[in-house]
Amino acid sequence: MIFQQIINGLMLGATYSLVAIGYTLIFGVLGILHFAHGEVLMAGAFMGLYIITWSGLPLYIALPLAMLATGILGVLIDLLAIRPLRKDFHLAPLLSTIGVTIILQNLAVKLFGGFGTRFPDAIGTTNYQVGSFFISSVNVLILGISLSLMVGLYFIIAKTKIGKGMRAVSENHMVAGLLGVNVDWIVLITFGIASALAGAAGVMIGLAFHAISPFIGLTFALKGLVVMLLGGLGNVAGAMIGGLILGLAEVLSIVLLPTEINLQDIFSFGIMILILIFKPTGLFGTRIRQG
Amino acid sequence: MDYLTSVVTIAGINIIMALSFYLPFMTGQISLGQAGFMSIGAYASAVCTVKFGIPYVPAVLIGGICSAMVGFVLGLPALRIKGIYLLLLTLGFGEIVRVVFINIDYIGGAAGFPGIPYQEHTLLYAYGMVLILIVFFNRLRKSRMGRACQAVGTDEDAAEVLGVNIIAVKLTAFSTGAFIAGIGGGIFAHYQEYIEPLMFDVMHAVELIVFTIFGGIQIFWGPIFGAFVLTLVPEFLRIIQEWRMELYGALLVLMMIVRPQGIISLDSVWSIEYAVRRLFRIKTTGVLSPSRTEGK
Repeated sequence: MIFQQIINGLMLGATYSLVAIGYTLIFGVLGILHFAHGEVLMAGAFMGLYIITWSGLPLYIALPLAMLATGILGVLIDLLAIRPLRKDFHLAPLLSTIGVTIILQNLAVKLFGGFGTRFPDAIGTTNYQVGSFFISSVNVLILGISLSLMVGLYFIIAKTKIGKGMRAVSENHMVAGLLGVNVDWIVLITFGIASALAGAAGVMIGLAFHAISPFIGLTFALKGLVVMLLGGLGNVAGAMIGGLILGLAEVLSIVLLPTEINLQDIFSFGIMILILIFKPTGLFGTRIRQG
Repeated sequence: MDYLTSVVTIAGINIIMALSFYLPFMTGQISLGQAGFMSIGAYASAVCTVKFGIPYVPAVLIGGICSAMVGFVLGLPALRIKGIYLLLLTLGFGEIVRVVFINIDYIGGAAGFPGIPYQEHTLLYAYGMVLILIVFFNRLRKSRMGRACQAVGTDEDAAEVLGVNIIAVKLTAFSTGAFIAGIGGGIFAHYQEYIEPLMFDVMHAVELIVFTIFGGIQIFWGPIFGAFVLTLVPEFLRIIQEWRMELYGALLVLMMIVRPQGIISLDSVWSIEYAVRRLFRIKTTGVLSPSRTEGK
């Protein structure tokens, strides 16, 4: 029973990680909180839904398509709502992305209705029995996709020229620019990658919960923020581990604490507030510290 | 006429709420928890009138005081952190308050709290409160405390070096903001006759930010103007009403790009004050009058 829940917790945690990585990448490179990131995830979930139901494409084509679409959405957000801002007002990017959040969420309610939509069962769900517990193919798939995306991202950041540029820009915008890094381009790519990851998370949330609504964006955005704090702002590896920790903690808190009240939400926000009070740099430290 | 009254009343409550966001904002504290404080005030005052039969005015005041006490407790850890961290703290606080209220059966839980006595003269009470706040903020502008708030908001370290007690200033501003939000919640509850936790979600707190940013962040007339205009205008233009939230969002992005200080800036207030003085032939205090030194 416990082992079963650990698998579920890891699956949940892997999607949290993908969301938090997006937040933390953008925070690392630009130093801003991208408030609309959850809505990008929601958009990704609906893209996946419509690609699968309308065109009947299999998941392994639909997922990259949805990621591409949310990547483009992220690039558009950067171009329209963040790049034109003046640099002297430090709250401007936050408020402007709050504006984007409002727009995307309400557009989604108008387009898809305020209620949940059933997400198609894109892969035939089969349960594998291992010993005395079951692992469903959805669990395996979600864990597999998330982990391979994280490994891919790690490779991009550590080994490629773009990743080098991202690291340089996150150290210092001006110096990176002087040394010949195309800062605007790197920021754009970062937005694209972060948003594509959020899109993937959205599709997988649809697969895992079988239903999506325009309001999942905010829910998962809040979870992603908790995870980002847990791992330390701007710390990509921290976000990966932090997501798994939060997923496990949430599922186990339901199993281990017998109570009829809805503890799950209080639990994650309680963690967040405790971290903010006692260790604002997160469990694994943060490289970028600013107000 | 009745419809008009209700719209104007809601606008008044929104003005109170926008000012409750503005006071901590003056000291550089951005709070996404104002909807949480509002719900504390609303529930506390509703419990007072429904369960204990306390009259309207003391009940609303008790709501405000409860909210202020919670604000004080939350303000303590908020002293240590700022910027994005504080935003996340207040965001988490708002969500926790909502989940707690959903789980308390005494006040109706998720089904809401019905049967709150209706206050006929809410319009008067709401705008009376707005008037009190205008006097308060106007006095604050020229007082030592107000200047301390401005100083802390502009540059915390510099303010501390100059001898401003930033702990006292920030904590006072934060809990007073919570008090105002609690009062707004109490008035709201006795106007709607029914409250539920879902009314006070994050998006409501975000709306207050939109009001303030749209109106202007340099002086308290900004949030008043923003809340009033953005509540009234969509009510009378049907097409806008349907796309109200999208418009808010686009407005927020556009304001950030074109005019981040908001519609009403200090300059506009100065020129109005100057014009009024000229009109009534009040002697001006010269170019370097005290009010010229305020602002960022």
